[in-house]
Amino acid sequence: MHRLPSPISNPENTVFLEAAQKNQLLLKYCNSCKEAHYYPRTICPHCGSDDTTWVNSDGLGEIYSYTVMRRGVEVPFAMAYVRLQEGISMLTHLTNCDFDSIRIGQKVRVVFQETQDGQKTHLFEPI
Amino acid sequence: MSFASNACIAGIYEHPLRVAPDHTVAQLHAEVARGALLDAGLTLDDVDGYFCAGDAPGMGPVSMADYLGLKKLKYLDSTDTGGSSYLTHVNHAARAIAAGQCKVALITLAGRPKSEGSSGTQVRSQWASAPDFAFEKPYSPAPLNTYAMCAMRHMHEFGTTSEQLAWIKVAASHHAQHNPNAALKDVLTVEDVLNSPMIADPLHRADCCVVTDSGGALVVVHPDIAKTLKKPVVTMMGAGETTKGQMGGKVDLTYSGLAWAAPLAFKEAKLTPEQIRYASIYDSFTITVLIQLEDLGFCKKGEGGKFVEGGQLISGKGKLAFNTDGGGLCNNHPANRGGMTKVIEAVRQLRGEAHPAVQVPNLEFALASGIGGALGTRHGAAVLILGRL
Repeated sequence: MHRLPSPISNPENTVFLEAAQKNQLLLKYCNSCKEAHYYPRTICPHCGSDDTTWVNSDGLGEIYSYTVMRRGVEVPFAMAYVRLQEGISMLTHLTNCDFDSIRIGQKVRVVFQETQDGQKTHLFEPI
Repeated sequence: MSFASNACIAGIYEHPLRVAPDHTVAQLHAEVARGALLDAGLTLDDVDGYFCAGDAPGMGPVSMADYLGLKKLKYLDSTDTGGSSYLTHVNHAARAIAAGQCKVALITLAGRPKSEGSSGTQVRSQWASAPDFAFEKPYSPAPLNTYAMCAMRHMHEFGTTSEQLAWIKVAASHHAQHNPNAALKDVLTVEDVLNSPMIADPLHRADCCVVTDSGGALVVVHPDIAKTLKKPVVTMMGAGETTKGQMGGKVDLTYSGLAWAAPLAFKEAKLTPEQIRYASIYDSFTITVLIQLEDLGFCKKGEGGKFVEGGQLISGKGKLAFNTDGGGLCNNHPANRGGMTKVIEAVRQLRGEAHPAVQVPNLEFALASGIGGALGTRHGAAVLILGRL
């Protein structure tokens, strides 16, 4: 299996990364414009408000686009943008599936997998 | 006359090497600077504006100006939007010249990704400090996989096919056969492209540009200076530039920032896409070209596949001649940044200096476009519309 590099911890994303260790997917939500965003920031990229808060996501969505990285890497992997029910898309990997049967529009849910140094990060699997 | 048409591109030079393990990067910058100044009929002493991107060795213009021996600088710019930087530099140089900030602007690019083992399948080291990368690092975003997702979505929404994408490479290869310096000179068929190894679905190896050590330079001057020089005068008629990213998660991979920037350039130039018969279209991958053709207005969104089919981008055969030097797909993609060579070939076409087999006759206007960074995550986009006075 492809061994995932680890995310980079910084003051803006420690809450997000710590939640992932507990199999929780967090999003940032803006109390001013009432929109979620990804990747998470302190200041809302939609409206510029600093009134943002962490919210739990069910981690349900569908594949917006994908590719199977077949060459130039040690082990092939499937990269995707998954569009969450919340209406925003995340760059991620697809797992627990046959890479040749992946389709745009397929329903997926979040799963957490260990990276090279044992941290957990979010991936998605077909439902 | 519009604001930006008060500046001209008077000097161009493309480094002939495609592999340069025995050159330093700074040396390549110096060789292309010298080449472009000789082409213009100017000297280092004439240069009072200097432009390089963030990848230039050392502290950008500070290190490079000292190395090159530029002693009269009044205007500096090191805007870095990846491969589109050099179109942006031409735009900024033209504005600075029109505003009286400088009169002779030198723009240089050079790099050795071939000798340094760079590949489009690798995560780019310069992305490491980006705020997005803290989240995206586990997924190894690289040029190939992120552009591939644009192609996959375009196919899904509009029915674009791998055969249609292949026609873009085929057209580039038809042009590259006439370029003795091109990294790839063989004429390819659609089948050749489709039979090349799949790298990142749906992009094959032949859907990708070359990786080359090389460089290029431009000299942008005040029209009063251009009139005193020997080369035909190529003027800046209009320009547009922007960035586009993931939009806070509202990702849309079907269009580039050119959808916003191109209308500004056409408006400023007072031209329409129908009046453009030659275009240098940034060609990191075949899908990059297809999406830009739509965003530049050469066809409607979603119809790029039909537009390129059957060799419509081949000079002398199709409705729009593109990348007659062979482009990044076959000729040269110096430093993994193709914007410089896009401008150079557009100027060659307007001067009538392209290879006779690919020269568009009696060309009045040309367009050059660039996409820098990664179309599938975040990119710079820039377009220039040039004319022959």
